[in-house]
Amino acid sequence: MVNKVNSACDMCTHFNAKGLKKLGVNTNNYDFVVALAGNPNTGKSTVFNALTGLRQHTGNWPGKTVVRAEGAFEYNSKKFKLIDLPGTYSLLSTSQDEEVARNFILFGKPDVTVIVVDASRLERNLNLVLQILEITDKAVLCLNLMDEAKRNNIKIDIRTLARDLGIPVVPTSARYSQGISDLIHTINEVANGEIICKPHQIKNVPKNIETAVRTLSTEIKKQFPTIPNSRWIAFRLLEGDTHIVDALKTGELV
Amino acid sequence: MSKNSIENIIALSSDLRWKIGDDFHDGLAEGIYADASEIANGSISIDNETPRFRLDSKIDKIVTSKTWGFPIMFLILGVILWLTIIGANYPSSMLANLLLDNIHPVLKSFATNIGMPWWLDGFLIDGVYLAVAWVIAVMLPPMAIFFPMFTLLEDFGYLPRVAFNLDYMFKKSGAHGKQALTMSMGFGCNAAGVVATRIIDSPRERLIAIITNNFSLCNGRWPTQILIATIFIGAVVPASFSAFASLSAVIGVAILGLFFMFFTSWALTKTVLKGEVSTFNLELPPYRPPRFWKTVYTSLIDRTIIVLWRAILFAAPAGAVIWLISNIYIGNESVATWTINSLDGFGFLLGMNGVILLAYIVAIPANEIVIPTILMLTVMASGIVGGAGAGVMFELDSVTATGDILRAGGWTLLTAINLMLFSLLHNPCSTTIYTIYKETKSAKWTTVASILPVIMGFVITFLVTQIWRLF
Repeated sequence: MVNKVNSACDMCTHFNAKGLKKLGVNTNNYDFVVALAGNPNTGKSTVFNALTGLRQHTGNWPGKTVVRAEGAFEYNSKKFKLIDLPGTYSLLSTSQDEEVARNFILFGKPDVTVIVVDASRLERNLNLVLQILEITDKAVLCLNLMDEAKRNNIKIDIRTLARDLGIPVVPTSARYSQGISDLIHTINEVANGEIICKPHQIKNVPKNIETAVRTLSTEIKKQFPTIPNSRWIAFRLLEGDTHIVDALKTGELV
Repeated sequence: MSKNSIENIIALSSDLRWKIGDDFHDGLAEGIYADASEIANGSISIDNETPRFRLDSKIDKIVTSKTWGFPIMFLILGVILWLTIIGANYPSSMLANLLLDNIHPVLKSFATNIGMPWWLDGFLIDGVYLAVAWVIAVMLPPMAIFFPMFTLLEDFGYLPRVAFNLDYMFKKSGAHGKQALTMSMGFGCNAAGVVATRIIDSPRERLIAIITNNFSLCNGRWPTQILIATIFIGAVVPASFSAFASLSAVIGVAILGLFFMFFTSWALTKTVLKGEVSTFNLELPPYRPPRFWKTVYTSLIDRTIIVLWRAILFAAPAGAVIWLISNIYIGNESVATWTINSLDGFGFLLGMNGVILLAYIVAIPANEIVIPTILMLTVMASGIVGGAGAGVMFELDSVTATGDILRAGGWTLLTAINLMLFSLLHNPCSTTIYTIYKETKSAKWTTVASILPVIMGFVITFLVTQIWRLF
């Protein structure tokens, strides 16, 4: 399945130096792993299809994807394996679909996590975004459903949002294939380390909790200097998450 | 990494947890929300100059209202079924004409010309080919109409509204409101519906959703319902009402399925699966105008072709099995005749016959092939001469001919009604059973989910038959 995208933007050399190849389900020998996360019904599967050329069924209802789907694309001769995670509102609870998503971001250690959000419901979606940013520092915000936001007269200042979150923000309308080439370009830059993210850390935590988190995360960093997300692990340990305790013991997190 | 240092961290964490107390989860959640709201306020502006016309909420007010919610639901389902029943006739007879009247004789004469032995010719062309051709002719057109329409409705965003309407009833029956969504998935495919129950967090409610998903009529059963209703229910009313009568019967069976779903959920929560109902937020997504051609294309590829392929895949061996059991003799009787005769008595009690029961055994791999199997067995058992011998499917050129065969096989209105009921209430197909096992990892619950509907089917058809015969 080799489909070239062919709108004016996609042909532009800036976006398409050596071309995009949609590779469908052919996920062998990849250079980078990209995870697609986000709230239910924000169009993750549509973005997935737009990137891979697959036609995974998309339905307008929350909870459509309960197992993860995999696909691939090639950009500038680098192969990207893409994983469409089940939609979740948060990573703090324990239903099975949320666990699939959380475990993958935490243990699968994707090279880039693309967080797909509904631009017309940004504030609600940020809840998950902020949690993911505690786990990984290689992320791209895909501000999807821009067409709907526009219809509802919602304007979003992309630059301010990107600065506040500390990660690149790409507006898209995946249903109409708008912004996809920009998204691919950004994913590529984050994967190659051309863009260094400085993700936002949750600030408004009550003081006693913040102190505890800091103490614990300092201790974790001391013992495991390579661990990238000591704060998130501290959060989970304080919550009493036995999964994380086990993962620490088996060394899966390092 | 030393084991000690990890123990240290864990000890420190439980120490700190005691100090913080119970507020940790809420404190963290509030912190996240506060951050989210700060960030959102910093970059979002809403242009209020033009008044926002909230079409979404206007539509929602009507389609989820207490008065109109249910009638609209049934009306939409009715329109879709009506278009399917009316629209499928013409392409169906065209395909039957092509595959059965034109290609089949060509294949037969080709086989004779190359000197194929009679048993191989019978096995391949009269068994496998005819079964496959029948499935394509009779099932492809309704599926190609029904699925795209259903998918358009799904993409538009209507299904969550159905869930919203039914949520209250699920809660009343002690099940999880999200079961309304997995039920909707079941209307497509029960195996998919069972996998979809992963969105339910509580194991108890998830198990209920898995066990009762089979009461959603699936892809493989809609065509059976539509066909039998068209032939038998449509025939008892004046011709101008027949489409209406048949679609009402089909909707009736679907609603009955819902009733059994609620009833079984309720019965399970009162007996073996007691527990509290958990609450959840059901998000009503905005309506999105479906991308018409894309949706039609995807649903044809995703659903129609896949279901059809599955039907063919299973119909071919089933056709072969039927041909075999009709042509292998024990004494004077073929295996099929012997089985049908021994099942006939039990079948009579249920207002059906041995053919139907045997067909349901042969068709365990896929619901899609129940009707073709019944037809082939009927032709064989009733000794209608189709020209080609035992176990060979009669050459059908239309729905009418199907009806003629079934009537010749001794079918009455009662048989049709019971078949429709039994099609709703019988064991899940083997794929679904396997999926249930994979999801529950429990032989016990898989058995319950497989046996329970059959028992209910026996009881209901028995009662209907006995009451019918009283009058």
